[in-house]
Amino acid sequence: MVCLESVQKHFKGSAKPALTGFSADIFPGAITGLVGPDGAGKTTLIRLMAGLLTPSAGSIRIQGLDPIADASTLRGMIGYMPQKFGLYEDLTVLENLQLHADLRGLLGEQRSHTFNRLLEFTDLARFTSRFAGKLSGGMKQKLGLACALLGQPRLLLLDEPGVGVDPISRRELWKMVNALADQGIAVIWSTAYLDEAELCQQVLLMNEGQLLFYGRPAELTSRLQDRAFQIRNISGNRRKVLALALCRPDVMDGVIQGHNVRLLLRPHVALPDPREFNAGANAELVPVAPRFEDAFIEALGGGPGGYSELAHRLQPIIDDNDTVVEAVGLTKLFGDFAATDHVNFAVKRGEIFGLLGPNGAGKSTTFRMLCGLLKPTSGNAHVLGIDLKSSASLARQQLGYMAQKFSLYGNLTVKQNLMFFSGIYGLKGRQQQAMVDSMTEVFNFQALLARKTDTLPLGFKQRLALACAVMHGPAILFLDEPTSGVDPVTRREFWTHINGMVEKGVTVIVTTHFMDEAEYCDRIALVFRGQIIAAGTPDQLKAQVATTANPDPTMEDAFITLVQSQPNPDLSNPAPAHKATS
Amino acid sequence: MLHRIVTLVLKELQTLLQDPQSRTILILPVILQLALFPFAATLEVTNNTLAVFNEDNGNESLELIKRFAQAQAFSELHMLYDETEVRDAIDNQQALLVIRFPADFSRQLAAGRGANIQALLDGRRSNSGQIAFGYLQEIIENYSEERDNPANRATPSRLVFRHWFNPNLDYVRHIVPSLVAIITTISTLIVTSLSVAREHEQGTFDQLLVSPLTPNMIMVGKTLPAMLVAISQATIILLAGIFIYHIPFVGSFWLLYASMVFYILALAGFGLLISSICLTQQQSFLGVFSFVMPTILLSGFVAPIENMPVWLQYLDWFNPLTHFIVIVKGVFLKNIGLPLLLHNLWPLMAIAAVTLGAANWLFNRQLD
Repeated sequence: MVCLESVQKHFKGSAKPALTGFSADIFPGAITGLVGPDGAGKTTLIRLMAGLLTPSAGSIRIQGLDPIADASTLRGMIGYMPQKFGLYEDLTVLENLQLHADLRGLLGEQRSHTFNRLLEFTDLARFTSRFAGKLSGGMKQKLGLACALLGQPRLLLLDEPGVGVDPISRRELWKMVNALADQGIAVIWSTAYLDEAELCQQVLLMNEGQLLFYGRPAELTSRLQDRAFQIRNISGNRRKVLALALCRPDVMDGVIQGHNVRLLLRPHVALPDPREFNAGANAELVPVAPRFEDAFIEALGGGPGGYSELAHRLQPIIDDNDTVVEAVGLTKLFGDFAATDHVNFAVKRGEIFGLLGPNGAGKSTTFRMLCGLLKPTSGNAHVLGIDLKSSASLARQQLGYMAQKFSLYGNLTVKQNLMFFSGIYGLKGRQQQAMVDSMTEVFNFQALLARKTDTLPLGFKQRLALACAVMHGPAILFLDEPTSGVDPVTRREFWTHINGMVEKGVTVIVTTHFMDEAEYCDRIALVFRGQIIAAGTPDQLKAQVATTANPDPTMEDAFITLVQSQPNPDLSNPAPAHKATS
Repeated sequence: MLHRIVTLVLKELQTLLQDPQSRTILILPVILQLALFPFAATLEVTNNTLAVFNEDNGNESLELIKRFAQAQAFSELHMLYDETEVRDAIDNQQALLVIRFPADFSRQLAAGRGANIQALLDGRRSNSGQIAFGYLQEIIENYSEERDNPANRATPSRLVFRHWFNPNLDYVRHIVPSLVAIITTISTLIVTSLSVAREHEQGTFDQLLVSPLTPNMIMVGKTLPAMLVAISQATIILLAGIFIYHIPFVGSFWLLYASMVFYILALAGFGLLISSICLTQQQSFLGVFSFVMPTILLSGFVAPIENMPVWLQYLDWFNPLTHFIVIVKGVFLKNIGLPLLLHNLWPLMAIAAVTLGAANWLFNRQLD
């Protein structure tokens, strides 16, 4: 269907090429995954195929045709769903379809026939008069898909259709796309979620414009057979076990999975003794199936190690086993819609507490009330025993906050950002300079100090945001989706720092929609439709949904089962659009 | 606390001055307005066309036409010969003004009676038409005076005009001091409101709110940089007015800058109010625009306040620019002292107190 031959794309003014030497064939009747973190070049590749960009070198042929020279012929054959849906938020579902149909010249009988077919296929028939802007993330993607399918394309280009979609809708979306592939359409699905790669027939694994792997995903993971293990029955501190393991030369990568630690060994090494990890006498090493993410980490040369220089330099916080964050009957109403509905929980010092939930479930609203950015309608949020909404600068001095989009000043340099954030937290003079120097060393900012933050790669932005959030030595860290979009190695490094800081007594409150990231938490609250529908350790949540058919469920399984066990889980209910969750 | 505010101010100035684009936005309008306004925004009427329909052709009318032709306001003079030409001349904007002498004009004058002249003005260009008409009136008055009082007889009484503070009625003297006020207005509003909106957009505003900074400190951190920028811009214009346009600055710099501080405070209050309502830079730019237009139009810079309806004159009291233009011109051209100045200064202080108070209230309420 599509032939890529050493395709290159170089954007003017950027030092690195956006794509280098991509050669691959894309077949009809199959889903091809473009897999990689932000900045890998996924969107560029898709836009090249859609004929929206010209390659700097190499050639692209779609059924033997050139996407730009033969654009008029190809236009009818390609369905393109851009990242931001390409929908008009102020038009209804039906108006959006009509508009796209008009643009494609789809008229008369054929039009109504197609509409009916697509509305049935996407299950949107009930919502035709709803504004596109008022649809939930999953429904928007379905509508986007319907619009892309209007012309009955033979090649479907989907740019990150999984973003902003809760796990249940994501599974539905996959089912729909699989059905399309079965009809003989060539589907290209780009994603930053590595677990989605395993669902594709073939993948192009990419990172920073490089093609790391091209082929069947199983081919990649099979290379890692007998190298993935879990350390179970850990009696000591699992974070210390992980840190220790990651510092060993025979361990390539490791993550926390609930009470267990998952390790990826380097090739051709002897099986280590679990007791070497200080994991207690009962610890055992159990082989597990390798995942696609393992393969990616290996392709990038392994994880970042388990030692956090950042945590090492922090002052330890005395663990008084106190409750430091507490929500009591926390409620936020927007009109008559309860974004957060009587939420209760308490977080002890030195804990990692996770708020897990799909977009629009209310975790953001809850989070914002906790850090004093939003006033609760009723109930209380206490941090260190102080109500943050009644300001109290003193309490806020104890907080570190890192938001989703790494809210740094993009047109200031790295150094200026560091100086600014240390300055507003009261560091000055020699002390301030020493802290900025210290952060520069820890995160290797030396060469970047004079660079504008906007021009940094995403990984460095994330490191800078973390540095800015911790310079004043906060006792509590609020992290709002802290690793969205960054590559898995950077994410590992981030969690190494967080784990290290937690060992020093820092308390962490984190929101996430990454299911595997939730495994790092000591306790999770599952937020859905404004309420906590389940809370506990990751293992407890997983145990709740274990069945004989699925004795070892993943976090995502747990999430989906728990959400669906809710009375009337009408997932088609849209997330209301209000500014608090944006 | 002081250190934190300094940190905020420094950050704001870095953001404003580091970026070539935002630097251009701050400097270019000053230079452009300074170069263009004094020439383009003049209220003098020159180089227009006068059309004359003379049905009389007597001595008196010919003499008057000769004098019209010498007036600076009219570079061209068209003679018209019938009714339809008169209509066409106005309709097609060939002439700003048509003067028509009736057939008995000279005869009536010769008989010692009064005579009428018809003047037709183009209402589409009412302002210029009025002014041009004023010139003609002056010419006609002078002429009739001369006729009535031949040189050997002394005029019993005669008005002699002297324009104080601007003896040559040079419009640059009206424009440049006003420009000081107008540039200050625009840059204060843009710096305060856009910078808050930009922080909303980038998500950095949340970052500020969770820090130990209080809303008051954030407000000060937004107001001070605006003040620094606006004062330096005003200084550029002031210096240009004195050294390039040679307008004598007769008042006290100290008084001018002190009032400017209060004026900027009043405006910063408006800017912060706008920004706390708007969530994006686009919204707040529109907000600033819809605030600035009426502020300037109703300030007395474009049209005299005395000509406005009474209720609007009362409303205009709340327009800080109205007061500040009076102050700038007063200090610049008239050397008014503090007692007179206070008359316009205390409203500025009152407006600043109200707007900053309201902005502060809204800022604190933003956590809702």
